[in-house]
Amino acid sequence: MKNTPNFNKSFTDSRALKSIFLSTITVLCAVGACIPLFSVLVMLIMRGGKRLSFELFYALPPTAFDTGGGFGNAIVGTLFMVGIAALIAVPFGILAAIYLAEFGENGKLAEIARFCAKTMTGIPSILAGVLAYAAVVMVTGTYSAIAGGVALSILMIPTIMLTAEESIKMVPSAMREAAVGMGCTKTQVMWKVMLPVAMPGMITGVMLAVARVSGETAPLLFTALFSDYWIFQGGAGDIMEPTASLAVLIYNFSGMPFENQIELAWAASLVLVTMVFIINIISRMLFQKKK
Amino acid sequence: MTSAQTATLTDDVVIDCKVDKIFYGNFLAVRDSDVPIYKNKITGFIGPSGCGKSTVLKSINRMNDLVRIFRFEGRIHFEGQDLYGTNVDPVSVRRHIGMVFQQPNPFSMSIYENVAFGLRLNRYKGDYDARVEEALRGAALWKEVKDKLQNNGMSLSGGQQQRLCIARAIATKPTVILMDEPCSALDPIATRQVEELMIGLKSEYTVVIVTHNMQQAQRVADKTAFFSVDISQGGRTGYLVEMNDTGKLFENPREQLTKEYLSGEFS
Repeated sequence: MKNTPNFNKSFTDSRALKSIFLSTITVLCAVGACIPLFSVLVMLIMRGGKRLSFELFYALPPTAFDTGGGFGNAIVGTLFMVGIAALIAVPFGILAAIYLAEFGENGKLAEIARFCAKTMTGIPSILAGVLAYAAVVMVTGTYSAIAGGVALSILMIPTIMLTAEESIKMVPSAMREAAVGMGCTKTQVMWKVMLPVAMPGMITGVMLAVARVSGETAPLLFTALFSDYWIFQGGAGDIMEPTASLAVLIYNFSGMPFENQIELAWAASLVLVTMVFIINIISRMLFQKKK
Repeated sequence: MTSAQTATLTDDVVIDCKVDKIFYGNFLAVRDSDVPIYKNKITGFIGPSGCGKSTVLKSINRMNDLVRIFRFEGRIHFEGQDLYGTNVDPVSVRRHIGMVFQQPNPFSMSIYENVAFGLRLNRYKGDYDARVEEALRGAALWKEVKDKLQNNGMSLSGGQQQRLCIARAIATKPTVILMDEPCSALDPIATRQVEELMIGLKSEYTVVIVTHNMQQAQRVADKTAFFSVDISQGGRTGYLVEMNDTGKLFENPREQLTKEYLSGEFS
């Protein structure tokens, strides 16, 4: 008597049940990972959306019992300080990445630098603020946009450095060989062949770093503080004056006992999250273009 | 060597390559191989894998300098200079000796820019369009790409990519072109095209080709150098067994080892 094997699906088999159970959990977790962003977005649109108007973008923050007002200076301040941070962190991070990818493959220095960068990505952002406070605010004797930019750049460098290193390493070694064979110097290999190919990946890293620091509050509390006025309202010297930012505005206004300020804090949060959202979408598009 | 002999050598030997020893760290990879490269001829390097034929080839344009533990003993005379002289910059050597690799490796840029790459590198001041067209015609690729010069070089097929790499190499008009198994990644039709191209290049360039395909050496090479591996000292050291005109080497080899290899008794 020959037994024919049973190929039919069975849902009572313990292995099948375990498989169904575990698959379901992974789906639930994946859905769960989206919940925070969506709930934040829904909340911000509900609470901050009704306050959206053009006035927000050109008006200055209101004083205690004022009505209306906006946070134009905070948007400009955030953009300006993130700009300073990028100006410091992008060349710094990319040059360091070139060293890691190209010259320091097995070197001690590269290993140490890479380890430091990885640790720095997890460091509490408030410590970046403390560092910039000691290094810039104490030295110059004033809270300033520069100090804020420096604090943010400390947070950006590790991300930029590590993603840029990865992007450079992803360039096929055959292309490097071809460049060397053509008679390129090390600089020319990097500049003419490797960096153009690695560019989309590096830009993605920069965008992610920018998105990350645009919402940082803690490092700015110690360094840029806040201001109720436009930066550069009093000339170029304002670069060394306290400077407004969206994140600190939200922090300040959300704790106030005035309805107007609290509404503005919600609206500012919505604007800030939208900015980060747009930056992320742009970096995604750049990455997909590279495939 | 008398001066008369030197004179006849320099007349048609464009690269006088005398390898005493090539080391990777403590490993002796190649020993005692004198391989003269003749002007406007195709020289083929054949031999079993690990016989050092690629190592010798890559020593000629100092590509091996990329390997940190590489060490060369001997001399390679080119244009009256020892390429391993103390004052020689490997980068400038590579600008005069072009190279085509085993895997087609165009840059991720337009076809035009791939070909113009070496010209820009050498700060060529002249008609780029003309030189690019000339190089692409020289590589028998012009007809296929003339309407899509702005497309990315990597969008071409494997055989076209390899011909693009040849165009890139000849755009700067190097004296010598080294080819490291240029057809091993190509299908038979593309291989045939590249072989025909090599024969066409002979009138203007000196070509050195490493191949593991004996028939290919027979088809294209004027001179053939046969390398083998010496395992007697416990290592695996490559060395030149013999070098001769291709016809003579294949029909009437001097060495027993060559005879055995050509008849397929070992590989």
